Order: sequence, then structure tokens, then C-alpha cells
Amino acid sequence: MGMTMTQKILAAHAGLEYVEAGQLIEADLDLVLGNDITSPVAIKEMEKMNVDGVFHKDKIALVPDHFVPNKDIKSAEHCKCVREFAKRNEITNYFEVGEMGIEHALLPEKGLTVAGDVIIGADSHTCTYGALGAFSTGVGSTDMAAGMATGKAWFKVPAAIKFNLVGKPAKWVSGKDVILHIIGMIGVDGALYKSMEFVGEGIQNLSMDDRFTIANMAIEAGGKNGIFPVDELAVSYMKEHSKKEYKIYEADEDAVYDEEYIIDLSTLRPTIAFPHLPENTKTIDEIKEDIVVDQVVIGSCTNGRLDDLRIAAEVLKGRHVAPGMRCIVIPATQAIYLQAMEEGLLKTFIEAGAIVSTPTCGPCLGGYMGILAEGERCVSTTNRNFVGRMGHVNSEIYLASPAVAAASAVAGKISCPCRLG
Amino acid sequence: MQSAKGTVFKYGDNVDTDVIIPARYLNSSDPAELATHCMEDIDKEFIHKVSRGDIIVATKNFGCGSSREHAPIAIKAAGVSCVIAETFARIFYRNAINIGLPIIECPEAAQAIEAGDTVEVNFDTGVITDVTKGTSYKGQAFPEFMQKIIAAEGLVNYINQK
Repeated sequence: MGMTMTQKILAAHAGLEYVEAGQLIEADLDLVLGNDITSPVAIKEMEKMNVDGVFHKDKIALVPDHFVPNKDIKSAEHCKCVREFAKRNEITNYFEVGEMGIEHALLPEKGLTVAGDVIIGADSHTCTYGALGAFSTGVGSTDMAAGMATGKAWFKVPAAIKFNLVGKPAKWVSGKDVILHIIGMIGVDGALYKSMEFVGEGIQNLSMDDRFTIANMAIEAGGKNGIFPVDELAVSYMKEHSKKEYKIYEADEDAVYDEEYIIDLSTLRPTIAFPHLPENTKTIDEIKEDIVVDQVVIGSCTNGRLDDLRIAAEVLKGRHVAPGMRCIVIPATQAIYLQAMEEGLLKTFIEAGAIVSTPTCGPCLGGYMGILAEGERCVSTTNRNFVGRMGHVNSEIYLASPAVAAASAVAGKISCPCRLG
Repeated sequence: MQSAKGTVFKYGDNVDTDVIIPARYLNSSDPAELATHCMEDIDKEFIHKVSRGDIIVATKNFGCGSSREHAPIAIKAAGVSCVIAETFARIFYRNAINIGLPIIECPEAAQAIEAGDTVEVNFDTGVITDVTKGTSYKGQAFPEFMQKIIAAEGLVNYINQK
């Protein structure tokens, strides 16, 4: 019986020839990640361990991104705790505010995540790096602490679901529509404890940024990880960004999958997840009523990359956001911010009546920079629309692509670029 | 291991970590402070009614969403002795074990037990007894590896013992 791509990476990192679904293993880690919310708890836990510092100062990444620039005194104390820990342990990959970004956009850009790696991060969207052919998964702070101390983590080897992507997506359909379509199809626990393995000729029609978006939201289907095969595009991305050695793993032909789905990308439509679960999806064509919107957020670890900003700018160019609309654009990293500036995208946003913020997770999790009042509605390119996620428990979040979000900002109601005059 | 006995708070599918502990309180990592906001966005009365030893019962995918360990920390610090669910989201499952919050998967019990019932859980046998209804169920026992972590009262102690 063969192994899936995920199983092969895990076997190699556990020093085993063969693993199968359900097996408990201990694997060597290539990178351990934490942010300003989860790291302080991990640091406190690590201090209780009988260990002498971290396992490897180059294999830990600390990225204050959730509540930075510090939103209040308590957040400032958390960031200070992380900063001092990084200094004390000579952590190579600590990113201060001027060089930071949203962790899951930043780490691939900095070349810290490559194919064949095993990565844990104390943030649920750590699964993003599967886009490059790595096994990466979210854990809690105690796992992060143990990972920082020992360089190892325990895993239950996951079973897998295969998604065979075929065809080419139409204009204004992007990675976000692909993953929202899949979550709508299998549900928020449809891939519980499993790996989501994306294969097929359709992948060549998806940009790296599309793939990051898709892998990023594997957790929204309950998945342990999402993973893509490593093709020329992925290799050229890694060569451009990283000096690390990468290793390409391929699934065996007789690998076992619990389920298999064929997704024809050419048939997908702009897709929106209604409150209060990412599985409550409708295509733009299924929305008959006017859904008036107060705020639009374009950004996050899901959709704050350059492709996303380019699409949003293409929609907003020469247009203006609706009266009373608050449109907040957040480039995910400093490098993306700078490139967007050089390409004139920021000018387009500001002229359209949007605001542009320094990189932060802020509004996605209801931290700051765009909190919703009672009864308000937001179209957001983020990843979760749970009750109270962005503010008041009686506010509503509609998850969508940058194209739909930008068009909705212009229309003042849920829309798509093809509907704008 | 010990057993748990308490009054049940019952919730439905997909109780996410944002309602267990909203992110607006994540500028703190103090268990006692987090506990005062536990379940706030799904059940404002929870924190006023919960007594030490009480039990949360929910249906599918409990703890979905964010990886915040603050969620099981808040539940444990609020005095909850055990969470029973049909299924748990995987990061919550790991986190609960790692911090020593007993959790148990049992679809039959999760469906049948109602709010306000008195329930007893034996962690050694996995047997869940609804004292109010006079019924009992067999929950899924932990694999041996996880039992060792639980017996050590969390991953940190387990690593220290190794």
C-alpha cells in the first residue's frame, strides 16, 4: 500500500521507511513558528521545562503580527515578552515591526518554508506552506514550546482526501473561490484530522498566491494540512526567495485516499461564504437580494498578497467606493506594501476612497483596525466569519475573494466586477 | 486517573474558539482573567452559572477555528472538569491534552445528554454515566501515548519526565 505526499514527508522526518494513517509518530521539525498572541504562552511553558535554551536558533520564527503595531498596553507587554525571548535566545528569525508582515505571507517570502519541510506553528493558518509542498500544520502554544525546546513534535499520521483540479478558472475567479467552493461542498469538518491533497493539471492554472490562499484555508474544512505537488512554478518561487535546500516528495501511485473529488475550475463562479460559517457558501449568481455592506476588508494571511492587491486595484481603478463605505486594504508584508506602492496600487486604493494600513492581522480576528458595531455587515477577504469574529456578536461577515470584495466596496452591496457598470 | 462529575452545559455543532474566548481578550494570557470571558459570545450566562466540576457537552467539531490555547485554558480555569463531544477540531484536541483538560469523544452521549443533567465520567474506562437519566455510554479511550501525556498532567511534565 502506497503513501500520500503528506505521509511520505512525515515518514522521512520520523526516520521511518513507511507510515500509515492513524500511526503515532515523533517527527523532526524544520521550523517552529509563533506570533504575539501564542508565543507568550509558549515562552511561559518553555520556562517550566528542564531545557537549556532552544533546539536551534535558526529554526524558530517569531512574528509579532496580530496586535502590532501594539494596539494597547497589554499587547505591548506581550510583544515585549517575545522580543526579549528572541534576544535572550539569539533567535535569527525574529521580525520587528519595520521588517514584518503577516506570518504566513512573510515566511515563504523570506525563504523560510520550502518543499519537503515539516513545520509547526502556533497559529491555525500555518497550513499555508503546503502550497510549496511542505507539511505544515497549526498547533497550540504548548506544542510550540515543546517544539522550540526539543525540535520534535508528535503527530497522528493523517488519512487523506484527494482533490483533482482540472480546467482553468474564468476571469475574476481565484484561489479564494476554489477553496470556498470546496469548503461549501465538504463542510467545516469535512476534512477533520485529514490532509487535503490537491493534484491535477488544473494546478498549472493557479498562481502561487492562489495556491497559498487554498492551502491557507484547509483548516476551515477541519484539515490537518493542505498540500500541493511541487511544479516548476513552485520551484522558481523557492529559488527566487530561498537559499534553503528543498526536497520534492510525490505521492505513490497506489496511495490510499478516503475520498476523491474532481473540481473543474472552469465551472467555478465567484463564491461568498455567508454568516456564520465558512461552509455557508453561495455563488454570486445565487444571491438574488441586495445585501447592503458597511465595510470591506482586503488583506490577511489568506488574501493580502500581491496578486490579491492587483486584482482589487484593477476593480477599483477609476472607480470610487460607495458613499458611507469603509474600505480597508492591508498589504500582508512590508515587501508587498512596497511593491504595491511602486506599481501605483496604493494610489489607486486611496483615490478610490479606501484606506491602506501597515501589515497586521488586526480586523480579521476582531483585534483592531476595523471592528464592527452591532448590526453592521462586512465583506472580507479573510478566512473566518464566526459569530463575533470581527466585533459585535450581532455583526455579520461575508467571506469572499479580493475581486468580489473590491466590487462590493464600489457597489455598497455584495457584487462582483462583472456587475459593475 | 480520576473521574469527573458535574452539571452539564450543552451546546451544538461547530462551537469555535472565537466564541469560547473572543480575540478581544487575547491581549491577556492569564488563565483566571481568560476564564471570566469563557463562552461569552455564545452563552453570556455560562460564567455566572458554572460551578467547579461542571461538564460541557457539545455535538460536532467542538473547538474549531483558531489554534489559541487560550480556549482550553479558559474552559479549564472556569472550573470545567471535562468536555464531551461527538468530535473535536484537531488543534483543540491536541491543546486540551497538552494542558491537561480532559476531553472525550462519544457521539451517542453527545447526542443524548441534555443541559442540566448530572453526568459522571470515568477516565480510566471511558464510561460516561448520565445520572439524571440513568443511562451510560462508552466513550473513546485515548491511545496509550496520549494517556502518558495526560497521566503526566500535560506535555511539559511529560517532556520533563523523559
